[in-house]
Amino acid sequence: MDILVQQIISGLATGGIYGSVALALVMIYQATDVVNYAQGEMAMFSTYLAWTLMNAGLPYWVAFFGTLVLSFIGGVLIERIVIRPVERAPILTIVIVCIGLLVILNSVAGWIYSYIQKPFPSPFPERPITLGNVVFGAHDVGAILVTLIVLAFLYAFFRFTTLGLAMRAAAQNPASSRLCGIRVGWMLAIGWGLAAMVGAVAGMMVAPIVFLDPNMMAGILIYAFASATLGGFTSPGGAVIGGLIVGVIENIVGTYVHFIGTELKLTVALALILVVLVFKPSGLFGRAAVHRV
Amino acid sequence: MRRAPLLGIVIALAAALALPLLVSNFRLFQFTQVGIYAIALLGLNMLTGYNGQISLGHGAFYAVGAYTTAIMIDRWEVPYPLTIVAAGVLCLVAGFLFGIPALRLEGLYLALATFALALAVPQILKYFEHWTGGSQGIVLSKPNPPWGLKLSPDQWLYFFTLAILVGLFVLAHNLLAGRTGRAIVAIRDNPIAAEAMGINTALYKSLTFGVSAAYTGVAGALSAIAIAFVAPDSFNIFLSITFLVGVVVGGLASVAGAVFGALFIQFVPNWAQEISKAAPWAIYGVMLILFMYGMPRGIAGTLRLGWARLAPRGTRVER
Repeated sequence: MDILVQQIISGLATGGIYGSVALALVMIYQATDVVNYAQGEMAMFSTYLAWTLMNAGLPYWVAFFGTLVLSFIGGVLIERIVIRPVERAPILTIVIVCIGLLVILNSVAGWIYSYIQKPFPSPFPERPITLGNVVFGAHDVGAILVTLIVLAFLYAFFRFTTLGLAMRAAAQNPASSRLCGIRVGWMLAIGWGLAAMVGAVAGMMVAPIVFLDPNMMAGILIYAFASATLGGFTSPGGAVIGGLIVGVIENIVGTYVHFIGTELKLTVALALILVVLVFKPSGLFGRAAVHRV
Repeated sequence: MRRAPLLGIVIALAAALALPLLVSNFRLFQFTQVGIYAIALLGLNMLTGYNGQISLGHGAFYAVGAYTTAIMIDRWEVPYPLTIVAAGVLCLVAGFLFGIPALRLEGLYLALATFALALAVPQILKYFEHWTGGSQGIVLSKPNPPWGLKLSPDQWLYFFTLAILVGLFVLAHNLLAGRTGRAIVAIRDNPIAAEAMGINTALYKSLTFGVSAAYTGVAGALSAIAIAFVAPDSFNIFLSITFLVGVVVGGLASVAGAVFGALFIQFVPNWAQEISKAAPWAIYGVMLILFMYGMPRGIAGTLRLGWARLAPRGTRVER
């Protein structure tokens, strides 16, 4: 029983990270109808920026927030420079451009920082937290908290600020928003910036667990896809819940189903994506897509 | 219009046949690779370029083809030409079956599912260690030329690949130029109109998926024979992305584009590697984006456009 509880907690911790990346994916998808394949690599790159800042001697939290600012700027620039020219292009074009971005970020990170794994510090104490018979890693609990804080911030931002309202309007009905004087193009750019920030948080939370290397996000991205698919690509809250569910499923299946273990983890994500897409393509919390013919 | 491509094909074939006399065995091996890639790219192009279904996971079918051949040769000592047929048929079935759930997935979602497939492949291959030899892979030996031909193994494999390549290209051309091809393209351009005209969209889409996978599987099988080695980590997500790069650079919806794309993905990384280990991928990424901006029809499409501009009036192609 204790093992089960422990597995669930650490599942929630990784699930929170999947949820954050999924949230970033969903934010961009909602605003621009683009599934950003480069989201994982953007997060990875942000994490390297954080590493650079820390190596320059900055304390953790200064580097943390500095990275968030840099990531925001990076996200905005990517939208303005790379995505904007193909905004109205067919899906195939956009997918290919995103893949191009993924490859560029991955190789540039490898070029600058080499492919050697680097340790990445955690802001939380190393001493585990003991509750009765159950022992939690402090980082696990911290990662869950950070995810929830990010989610609360985003919720408040979109719900209570004028800018958030304008962004939602721009995503929902660009033409009418433009008539109301909202600069739709910039709203999309800010959306990318925010998504890059959320990704950066996820990257900095996951790096202490998996170590920092240019390919660290590949596996996480596929889980984030699974989370977003499960929660529904049209539902930000669903993406986070989807992430938590996926994280727990991953851990429990890995522990208790012996033929899967750790070796077939990615296949579990693949199967999950396929099953959800075939049986309930809009996910648990999403709206069914309706097309005008 | 007909004269220029025909001339091009004759020149290309003549050059391809003369090549073994001119270059070393190692270079020739690289050109064998080009031929193999061209087959795989043609397969992916049928699906993505002509039919508009995005696959980021064709490396998976390449892997299935390669492992089918490797296992059949290694375990059961089946003659290698037969294993290629088997790989093609197996991938046809696998592609058709994967194509059925894929019917329900549009654009982005299909890309996502195939992306996940590509990421999962190396793990799956390692898992079935008993068959696949785990991360060690399977080592084969290069076949010797038959009928006492005085050729080196590399030269023989080159001609062998070239023959299959030409056969498959003719097949693809005939398939895509006729009624079937028009149906496939119509589904890409307007699925609803296509269906209203009586095209069985579901059947054609899964069939295209199957044929596309079969081409890629045959290419995988050939690569297993040519390299004489298979290992899980060579079939990672980046292989699938390489194919996508090849198709985009060569030219979406162009049969000839596959050859240009194959030349690109074989030789450009080699040159770029001299700058840095990461450079080939940086170049790939930049190329993907630049081609999408500036030459969305790739090298083949741009050449065709250039020819159409230069050709005298009356022979111009409508595009």
